[in-house]
Amino acid sequence: MNVLVVDDSKLARMAVIKLFRALHPDWSHVQAANGDEAIAALNEKKVDLVVLDFNMPGRDGLDLAAEFRKIRPTMPIAVISANYQREVVDRARVVGATFLPKPVTEQALKEFLATAVQRRQDFDP
Amino acid sequence: MTESPHAALDELELDALTELVNLGVGHAASNLRDMIGQQVFLSVPSVALIARQRAIDLLQTREPRKLVAVHQMFEGDINGRALLIFPETRSLELVRAVTSSDLPLEDIIELEQEALAEIGNIILNGCLSTIANLLLRTLRISLPEIIRGYSHDMFNLETPPEGGDVVLFVYINFVVRGRDVQGYIALLMDLPSVTALKQLLDDFIQRTAGDGNLANEARNRTG
Repeated sequence: MNVLVVDDSKLARMAVIKLFRALHPDWSHVQAANGDEAIAALNEKKVDLVVLDFNMPGRDGLDLAAEFRKIRPTMPIAVISANYQREVVDRARVVGATFLPKPVTEQALKEFLATAVQRRQDFDP
Repeated sequence: MTESPHAALDELELDALTELVNLGVGHAASNLRDMIGQQVFLSVPSVALIARQRAIDLLQTREPRKLVAVHQMFEGDINGRALLIFPETRSLELVRAVTSSDLPLEDIIELEQEALAEIGNIILNGCLSTIANLLLRTLRISLPEIIRGYSHDMFNLETPPEGGDVVLFVYINFVVRGRDVQGYIALLMDLPSVTALKQLLDDFIQRTAGDGNLANEARNRTG
């Protein structure tokens, strides 16, 4: 699996990648610091799953998730944020993304990945 | 901006501090949303080590009007001040948002001081507690105090801690649409606290990024 991690904070990207390494050491990672880099990565590289921050300069993570959804309708997407207001969580649901509270825990990521892998198998058996 | 203070925190440390503030304010905004029943929109935080006068000028440029602020001091391994700042004309609307739209104006005015202190306490405590917890430190946070005045009154307070004319200025804008509520959160720390903060941030980076090599690689890439 190839994971795209999108966050304007380098440290936040490193934190997510650390969790992925603990859970799935064989998976590879692509990083993007903003929406443009993320869209370019999605178009140019094989990406199976995306984890993206909500609060970023320019396009926020949910706008970006909606764009991703148009390009890749079945790709699992997680939006992470410390801002767990109902409207933010609801918007994540509307664009078909999973909301994960930040800082992301290994358990929360594990549960998201279990669903994501299952979903991928359902669409691509 | 000044030269030497920038050397106090490197790029990854500033990134870590911005992320800490992001987490703290995200939690605080969620608390505020529960109080007012409407979404609170947040800007991406900006973090800078700047001269105190520059902080005053930045706020003055954005808000030349009279301001009201909830002020709380924090003490521990790091010392500083947190301010929740609004244009004075908007403060009554915020009080109305957390109380009841039906209350007559005289009741709103009577409640203003108490309500602002409580709102500030919840937001600033939420923000500072999240940051302290993530740094694995305890911060003693003072009771909220209301300040009225202009930008220079917000950042030139007579109370300690004072320690030089350079401050760590963390700035974030929040808006409640449809309520005409808008404000800013600012954290001010003096240089001795920035030095202590540097070590705490390094520890946080090591814990968060995993191994030292990963953090060092990131530092090398960012120069």
